[in-house]
Amino acid sequence: MAGSEYALEVQGLSKRFERFELKDVSFRIPRGYIMGFAGRNGAGKTTTIKCILDLVKGDSGSIRIFGEDYANNPIGIRDRIGYVSEDSPFYEDMTAAWTGRFVGKFYSRFDSRQFAGWLDRFQVDPGKKVKELSRGMKVKLSLALALSHHPELLILDEPTSGLDPVVRSELLEVFLELLQDENCTIFFSSHISSDMEKIADYLTLIDNGRILLSEEKHKLLDGWSIVKADNRCKSPELDALLCGKKEGDFGYSGIVQDGAEFRRRFAARFPGAEYRTDRLTLDELLVRLSGSQREELVC
Amino acid sequence: MYIILSNNDPLPLYEQIKKQITEQIVNGRLLPEESLPSIRALAKELEISVITVKKAYDDLEADGFIVTRQGKGSVVAQAGAAFVREAKLKGMQQHLEDAITAGRALGMSDEEITKMLELLLKE
Repeated sequence: MAGSEYALEVQGLSKRFERFELKDVSFRIPRGYIMGFAGRNGAGKTTTIKCILDLVKGDSGSIRIFGEDYANNPIGIRDRIGYVSEDSPFYEDMTAAWTGRFVGKFYSRFDSRQFAGWLDRFQVDPGKKVKELSRGMKVKLSLALALSHHPELLILDEPTSGLDPVVRSELLEVFLELLQDENCTIFFSSHISSDMEKIADYLTLIDNGRILLSEEKHKLLDGWSIVKADNRCKSPELDALLCGKKEGDFGYSGIVQDGAEFRRRFAARFPGAEYRTDRLTLDELLVRLSGSQREELVC
Repeated sequence: MYIILSNNDPLPLYEQIKKQITEQIVNGRLLPEESLPSIRALAKELEISVITVKKAYDDLEADGFIVTRQGKGSVVAQAGAAFVREAKLKGMQQHLEDAITAGRALGMSDEEITKMLELLLKE
């Protein structure tokens, strides 16, 4: 298939609102991979997604999907994107089956047999009205709709939040199944970091409208680590390496990107003393980086 | 082939995959030319991200344990004896390193450690 090796490229996206702004948001996803988009509530995840979907126009910056601009091929691009929104904006009084027939008309490749198949697999009763479906069922209906027009880029806004662990793991399994096709790319936002740690290939962290980090998952989680030391071993030059530092009466901790450098300086400054290093979880990374100044990060 | 991943293992997941495949090649459970599952299939089976498996396969390929052919997937490298020997040599070296670390932790000097090794060799 012709086109870019990236399914999605966001470059320098900015958008000002009265009380919030997206500032210079940039990241890209190679085709065939899953990117998790993490950030606390109100960090700008949904706004970014709406810009990617061309539902909100950015003030500046560019968004390219499969290497193309919306301006050049607005309908063609939308036809290749499957979108599952945070809320399920369907007609409440209509049935799941009707919703499929309705939504299907908008997509050139909508496959109603496949839609029925997904509903069956997800155990969503096609005869039930949307308002009678649980939160989990609505997400599944939404996903069934998105999957039934053979999207090459699946964009999901908080698909797993509010769902029980069994349904969540079912959905994650579906994502991994979709990725058996090397042409399928998934971008999903969530604040449930365990889901991302499990299946995401790339992670992008956003806070206060700015991208903190966007990296291969391993480079993030294996690169950064938490160090913990007692208060006897404190020095400004060590502090300079720490992000998201927490201090207490007994000791301090912080995250470092370059563990080797920290070890070297620590050993030079406090010969014979010890500190602990822990592997970092996405949650901790997010907590420690959120709120710390972007300028402190040299990445 | 078997792969069992543990979240309690201090090794990152891709290292666990690498280690287990390497072990199976070294101890002859996986034979030269034997096919490995595709990266995406293994990721799905293990319920982990594609890139984790890819990283393990890339490293295994760089170390000469497996060969990836365009469109045909990955197979165990023909290299056989040389790599097995090298891998075992690495293991042996690791044991020596552990012994040195243990000796130093006891406050032994390098001479004392060497002397002990020489003594043991003569036994």
